[in-house]
Amino acid sequence: MRIGIPSTLAYYEYFPFWDVFFRELGFDVVSSPITTKAILDWGVKHTVSDACVPIKLIHGHVRALAEEGVDFIFLPRMVSVAPKETFCPKFLGLPDLIQASINNLPPMLSPRIYLRFGRMSLFRICGQTARSLGASRIKGLRACAKALDAWHAFLRSIRQGLTVAEALGLRQRTGTALRGPRLALLGYPYLINDPFISANLLGLLEERGVQVLTAEMVPSEDLKRLSRSMRKNLFWHYSNRVVWAAMYYLDKEMVDGVIHVTAFGCGPDAMVGKLVELEAKGKVPFTTLSLDEHTGQEGIITRIDAFVDMLVRKKVSA
Amino acid sequence: MRITFPRMGTSYIAIADLLTGLGNEVILPPPITKRTLDLGTRYSPEFACLPFKILMGTYLEGIARGADAIVSSGGVGPCRAGFYMEMHRRILRDLGYEVETITLEPPKGHMVDLIKQLRRLINVPLSRVWSTVRFAWGKLELLDIIEERAYYLRPREVVRGSTTRALRKCLSIVRGAKDMEQLSEARNKVEEILASVPIDPEAVPLKVGLVGEIYVVLEPFANGEVAETLGELGVEVHRSTYLTKWTRENAFLDFFRIPADRDAKRLARPYLGEMIGGHGIINVGETVIYSRNGFDGVIHLAPFTCIPEIVAKGILTKVSSDLGFPVMTLYLDEHTGKEGVRTRLEAFVDLISKKREKEQGVAW
Ligand code: SF4
Ligand code: SF4
Repeated sequence: MRIGIPSTLAYYEYFPFWDVFFRELGFDVVSSPITTKAILDWGVKHTVSDACVPIKLIHGHVRALAEEGVDFIFLPRMVSVAPKETFCPKFLGLPDLIQASINNLPPMLSPRIYLRFGRMSLFRICGQTARSLGASRIKGLRACAKALDAWHAFLRSIRQGLTVAEALGLRQRTGTALRGPRLALLGYPYLINDPFISANLLGLLEERGVQVLTAEMVPSEDLKRLSRSMRKNLFWHYSNRVVWAAMYYLDKEMVDGVIHVTAFGCGPDAMVGKLVELEAKGKVPFTTLSLDEHTGQEGIITRIDAFVDMLVRKKVSA
Repeated sequence: MRITFPRMGTSYIAIADLLTGLGNEVILPPPITKRTLDLGTRYSPEFACLPFKILMGTYLEGIARGADAIVSSGGVGPCRAGFYMEMHRRILRDLGYEVETITLEPPKGHMVDLIKQLRRLINVPLSRVWSTVRFAWGKLELLDIIEERAYYLRPREVVRGSTTRALRKCLSIVRGAKDMEQLSEARNKVEEILASVPIDPEAVPLKVGLVGEIYVVLEPFANGEVAETLGELGVEVHRSTYLTKWTRENAFLDFFRIPADRDAKRLARPYLGEMIGGHGIINVGETVIYSRNGFDGVIHLAPFTCIPEIVAKGILTKVSSDLGFPVMTLYLDEHTGKEGVRTRLEAFVDLISKKREKEQGVAW
């Protein structure tokens, strides 16, 4: 039996987990190809108007899996993985939205991921998911433990300085010497690490010798500490991480500048962007890179060149 | 402390009384105008939702009139509204305004904080608090009733505009009531005024349900005056969101874990298995209810970039086609004008009246 996993959104955080989990249960895992023009175009055409581009993309990815003829599409309903926060409401309604907009889909497997009791809840979900696919609960629990190991290894490699895209093997470093400025490249992992929708942003920065620091690289103990220092936190999983990471890199004076990468029309980012901008104000230069289905590589190159040049000039004159 | 607060529909009348009665100096938020919105838009993030921008403008106008404190409701997500006050505070601080902010979080899980915040607002002997709250609540209820009645009268009025004129008169009477006694007099007078609006008793107007994000549903400026326009086009409007109902549910029922809107949530479940924040799930359920209760259509009001409402729209499209029930989403942003809304409403009304004719057969 083949289980299809769309390569976007939560994929960039949890694929290593689910990949091992389903393989351990004895299934084949098929992930949709990394975003292509065709996937994007299909998504743009079939998604409710005014959705952000990542939501359009996932429609395209799900469709690609359906065409692949997988037996199940695995699209968990990501509700909450930490106390006092949820995922963006679009994640919460995603399985329903997909069902409402795409016809003739293979059966969808959408367990509700709500880790109120941490690891315990995760094991329970895994046990149930295994059962629903005809495997035993025990097998499910064992697969869950293996999957956790794999996932922790993935997280460790990121803490050691890999971007998510590199840790997932979606891109390799070319070995260019990184002598340029250090940048905090902050935004949702499904934007920054998708080579297509970001127009190979990571590659472009590497070519320019920029050292990139992302939100995922911040140690989780520090994130927790920072979350307590806020008068009020945001409610959304990825958004909080972006804001805390900005505070972390700025407090520690680890970066020469901050780039906020956002999807055009993203609701949470209207708040996130402004928060980060105000945090950076008076400390280091800040800029926003907004991505959508029309963003071309030219535009991005112009923007980052201007920003990087400015940082270099600033450094020289200082 | 000179307090201002968000303006939403006619509720400001009762809220001002409440705050004054509790011993605060109140700076009345001025009516929302194009200028408010322009001001708010200038200092808000580009993709903030319309309510955020309007509130930003309202606060700035309030500050210009001397306010140095803002009271607003909080929230716990998953939508943005709960973070508004904190964001507004940071933006205002960046602009050089140090204002005090008082955020009233829902009681559940925030009881201690809520009491702390409320105590900042209570500057009279405790014995007076209860009567003040009761008085303000009474006003709020009366204001809601007036609005509901206007929805009924407008499509039936014989003289165009007479309902709106009567409505204005009623509001100024309610505004003038200073104590419980005057309020009950006001109630009688309002009854009289509304009863004297001449209507056509034979009329069988089209009926449309109004659903969507609470702020834009309640504040006419934000929705291009949908309700009034529909009424003038001969449509009876119904909405289930009223501030009194909302407060009761969010402040009390939720605290005692009594589920509100049970029917709406149950009916939504086949389409939407999760609370998505804002009014998302309720909108879907209510649309089903409206279709079962002989309504002719539903207008769904969604601020541009509103997170839950975009999901709701995607699902409503499906509900609408499953049930053969017309639903129109109006996205609202700072460029939406009353005229644009009117044009779209005319088209929608045209569509549903043709549909009704077809279903009922023409009478002649
Ligand atoms: S966080 Fe922003 S980009 Fe991500 S799904 Fe929500 S609205 Fe879209
Ligand atoms: S429900 Fe929509 S409009 Fe209201 S605060 Fe949330 S995102 Fe903004």
